[in-house]
Amino acid sequence: MTVERESTSTSVVDPGPTWGEYYRQMSLIRAFELRAAEMYQRAKIGGYCHLNLGEEATVVGLMAALEPRDYLFTTYREHGYALARGLEPGPVMAELFGKTTGVSGGRGGSMHLFDRKVRLLGGYGIVGGQIPPATGAALALTYRGEPGPNAEAVMCLLGDGTTNIGAFHESLNLAALWHLPIVYVIVNNGLGMGTPVDRSAAEPDLYKRGCSYRITGERVDGDDVIAVRDAANAALTRARAEREPGLLETVSNRLRGHSVVDPAKYRSKQEAERLRALDPVHAVRARLIAEQVLDEDTARRIDEEAEARVDAAVAFADASPDPDPATLFQHAYATAVPNAPHRLPADPVVPVPELLP
Amino acid sequence: MTVMTYRQALHDTLRAELQRDESVILLGEEIGVFEGSYKITAGLLTEFGPARVRDTPIAEEGFVGAAIGAAMLGMRPVVEIMTINFSLLAIDQLVNHAAKMHAMFGGQVSVPLVIRTPGGGGQQLAATHSQNLEVWYAHVPGMKVVAPATPADAKALLTAAIRDDDPVLFLENLALYNTKGEVPDTEQLGRIGSAAVVRPGRDLTVVSYSRGVVIALEVANQLERDGVSIEVVDLRSLRPLDRETVCASVRKSSRAVVLEDDWLSFGVGAEIAATVQEGAFDYLDAPVRRVAAAEIPLPYAKPLERAALPSAADLIRVIGELLDATRFTHAEGGS
Ligand SMILES: Cc1ncc(C[n+]2csc(CCOP(=O)(O)OP(=O)(O)O)c2C)c(N)n1
Ligand SMILES: [Mg+2]
Repeated sequence: MTVERESTSTSVVDPGPTWGEYYRQMSLIRAFELRAAEMYQRAKIGGYCHLNLGEEATVVGLMAALEPRDYLFTTYREHGYALARGLEPGPVMAELFGKTTGVSGGRGGSMHLFDRKVRLLGGYGIVGGQIPPATGAALALTYRGEPGPNAEAVMCLLGDGTTNIGAFHESLNLAALWHLPIVYVIVNNGLGMGTPVDRSAAEPDLYKRGCSYRITGERVDGDDVIAVRDAANAALTRARAEREPGLLETVSNRLRGHSVVDPAKYRSKQEAERLRALDPVHAVRARLIAEQVLDEDTARRIDEEAEARVDAAVAFADASPDPDPATLFQHAYATAVPNAPHRLPADPVVPVPELLP
Repeated sequence: MTVMTYRQALHDTLRAELQRDESVILLGEEIGVFEGSYKITAGLLTEFGPARVRDTPIAEEGFVGAAIGAAMLGMRPVVEIMTINFSLLAIDQLVNHAAKMHAMFGGQVSVPLVIRTPGGGGQQLAATHSQNLEVWYAHVPGMKVVAPATPADAKALLTAAIRDDDPVLFLENLALYNTKGEVPDTEQLGRIGSAAVVRPGRDLTVVSYSRGVVIALEVANQLERDGVSIEVVDLRSLRPLDRETVCASVRKSSRAVVLEDDWLSFGVGAEIAATVQEGAFDYLDAPVRRVAAAEIPLPYAKPLERAALPSAADLIRVIGELLDATRFTHAEGGS
């Protein structure tokens, strides 16, 4: 099924530094993700590795709306968000490599990027798992500040497939009932793994799924950076000033498989080609050049700069030390208590007593 | 010291912590207007208002997860889950989220969350409402699980749990709420992760926790009159587990019985028995025995329920068998 992109706002290319910066971020995410795929094939990265390929415009638009004082909860498909939130590619790549210099100290991996400074409160690997904590973070905000244009807010991302999870519905109900400053964003990339939206959601117009909770929903074209940014801004403004939760659906495409190892055989050749032709990074680049916001040279320089930053990120990650097994129990608990088990698989459970004679 | 019920000790501690620290909030179904299914939170809504004593919809996954998120931002939520049976609807948030965040995010965030919830059967609530699922949580690194048996420990461990920066499952028991005991009037900060020898003895160690400790003490007093000296170890904390205190006791007594309200297979007793054989093997005069709940969805009918749950009579029988098997004589007891 092709989801209609009945955007409520149309974007204009506003010339100036903003577009250069948006394209710079999109180009960086693209370069980073392609390199992550390559590094995965070369076994530098383990586990699962989900990419934002095809979602670059959505990522950049959403992050352009989010203020540094806001909190972000995302999914396992979150490398791009970490970069657009301002994290250096090096520590993000290092996390993928499982190194001590990774944003989560090598303990989270691709699906669990976390950085306190930029208020990225986690990638989450359990589908829907981030939604109740994000809702609770918004609850915490109500204890520490008054509503208003400068109030803090929470943005919680989730996939299209995730709107079928109970936690989504419980959380929307709580957020509406308690008037929480949170915007839920459904990043609709058309598929949950291999399942299209209309085969998993009885109401495939996902932005309408807030209806039962009286949460206003809106759908935007996820390939349109400005439309995404403006819609997110409007929802965040309501969340800040009126403490009303919002629901935003962005519609984009997933250019490759669900994760690096998925060849996406459930998609026809023609469909894959059609999606490639809609590539948002190429589209934005072509449009900016056509409308003379960027010239070809500047665009090329931006792309080269992105490649260079990713080169440096890989070099940084490669050169970073692996965690020492002696640090295994370093973050076992936040509050130390007696008898916390620090044994390795072959260690005795208690000091072996001397045998009686 | 004041003599009070376990319920009162919990209530007073919640009230004291709400007064002491603004970041402490209570959440749960029916804890406010209804004053709690077991009235632990009676009066607190009136005193602290609806923002700090927050009634939630029936949405365990939602509000437990929300408490986790609030904790990540520095609040100290104390959640009441009506009974431990209903915690299963929130188990993803507890096991896959609360217990993981501190370690998985490289120590950048902590989750100072308390889940208060009663477990246990014996009230004819049948199979879905009578379970002891504490080992499900005690199995999980990153969780802390405490199970106080007395009003004094209820106060000390709840205080500690609320001030602790990790997620703590605080196990209560329907049969304990009305039990009475002396509670110190001053602030008490319990030590999560430490067991206590609550009754010294020479001949046999009974290891238990929560409601089981009350039964063990009763039995110990009764057998004392028959010349058998029982030592009772109250685990108090299931994770971390104070293995050393258990082993030290068994090295002295040479006989051990575990009394547990959960099911036998893969339960607390299994963990204790494995610990004892490793830490006190050579001191044991007999295999460790377990008195545990019968492994069947707990029936409603009273005679069946009674038969299925561990009782004082069961404990006395097993202690007797163990003493007989090791040819215990009162002379030994007196030696
Ligand atoms: C609770 C749970 N069930 C299943 C999975 C396996 N899984 C990972 S991603 C995914 C699809 C999610 O699709 P969607 O919400 O559309 O997000 P997308 O991957 O498209 O970004 C599934 C089923 C999981 N991680 N967690
Ligand atoms: Mg999807």
